[in-house]
Amino acid sequence: MSDWIDACATDDIDEEDLIRFDHGGRTFAIYRSPEDEFFCTDGLCTHEQVHLEDGLVMEHTIECPKHNGRFDYRTGEALRAPVCVNLATYEVKVEAGRVLIRI
Amino acid sequence: MARRDYSLTGPEAARAVERGLAAAEWYHSDVPRKEMKALMKREDQLAIRDTIILFGCMILFAGIGIALWPSWWSAPFWLAYGVLYGSAMDSRWHECGHGTAFRTDWMNNAVYQVASFCMIRNPVTWRWSHARHHTDTIVVGRDPEISVMRPPDFLRLVANFFGLFDTWNSLGRMLLNASGRLAPDEATYIPESEQPKVIRIARIWVAIYAATILLALVTWSILPLMVIGLPRLYGAWHHVMTGLLQHGGLAEDVTDHRLNCRTVYMNPVSRFIYWNMNYHVEHHMFPMIPYHRLPELHERIKDDLPEPSPSIPAAYAEMIPVLVRQLRYEDFFLRRDLPPTARPYREDLHDEVPGIPAAMPAE
Repeated sequence: MSDWIDACATDDIDEEDLIRFDHGGRTFAIYRSPEDEFFCTDGLCTHEQVHLEDGLVMEHTIECPKHNGRFDYRTGEALRAPVCVNLATYEVKVEAGRVLIRI
Repeated sequence: MARRDYSLTGPEAARAVERGLAAAEWYHSDVPRKEMKALMKREDQLAIRDTIILFGCMILFAGIGIALWPSWWSAPFWLAYGVLYGSAMDSRWHECGHGTAFRTDWMNNAVYQVASFCMIRNPVTWRWSHARHHTDTIVVGRDPEISVMRPPDFLRLVANFFGLFDTWNSLGRMLLNASGRLAPDEATYIPESEQPKVIRIARIWVAIYAATILLALVTWSILPLMVIGLPRLYGAWHHVMTGLLQHGGLAEDVTDHRLNCRTVYMNPVSRFIYWNMNYHVEHHMFPMIPYHRLPELHERIKDDLPEPSPSIPAAYAEMIPVLVRQLRYEDFFLRRDLPPTARPYREDLHDEVPGIPAAMPAE
């Protein structure tokens, strides 16, 4: 079983936004939803490996900054072409104001 | 320099990959995340307003054209209808394809489908084609949407003001797709999972065109085709006029949109028809920004960009001499100066660019 990784403070992410988190040679995106919940996906778009950190979070979707493909960041589901392949998602929990992810 | 092969299946395609130009990292002006988020914000109201105006005008002009048909008094109304059908639909296809016009995505998709039909651009094929255009903008062998190749084919460029080559090509592709096949270049950028959709839409469109032609034959009148199909020809001039300026005469095979895109200040009518794509450097650098926020983005980053062309005529005055010179010197291109406030071009990224930097487009 993978360990929980301390990724960031909850305050590091604005509401309805995301930040990039790099760990162990991999890159992730951590989101804060309008309901103040936290989620984590792979950081790179499945279409052309562009990082999602500069993308737009709208409610529960993340839009890739290069080609405007969209995913549901809660499930990783690809919602809008040109993305066809879902994003990998990871478990998240919040403890004492810290966001922890299990990868 | 040997003549370049612009096909996506030729030697230039492999060469672009070898040189690291495929899916490369591109230059971006600095805009803080907070400002960028505000600029990227989506809304429905402005695009709904513009869409009501657009379709309202189309219905009005076509209605008057039909009412006055076959009098020559109908001609101005057909010309107005045609430019909305054959040119404004180009920008609607583009913006809604990006998904940036409306916040509500079904509205983007609905307008995208209608606009794609008007422009005879398969909505599946062109979504992928345009994604590639943004990944590899004006990279020879990679970008399927290079409209001004070197040496320029002036006959083709002028004929396309009346949609002639583009429409002929589009109809051929539609019939090919309807027969259940894709062109070889299409297969290079459309995922296999999407290819059946290309064929299904092509078949629906062939049925619509066949019904229109049948109606024209039954009524023994060209009128049905004046409404559907022919406006792609007689109304194409505006989108070609503005579209050629996007990249014409500028650099190939670079990774800085300041070198291969042109921003042009335009009159309000053209900007409505073109949905602000005259801010073309800005659009390519930040494709997430809705059309109605591009003027703000321009103000924010213009100190990092070449001076915009002040008008459409001025942009043509800049571009045409470069294209004429490319008839004899294919590697010639226009390289515009940056203001002192801008971050300089990364010469180390472009030292292999085939061509001669042109400080001035003079002979």
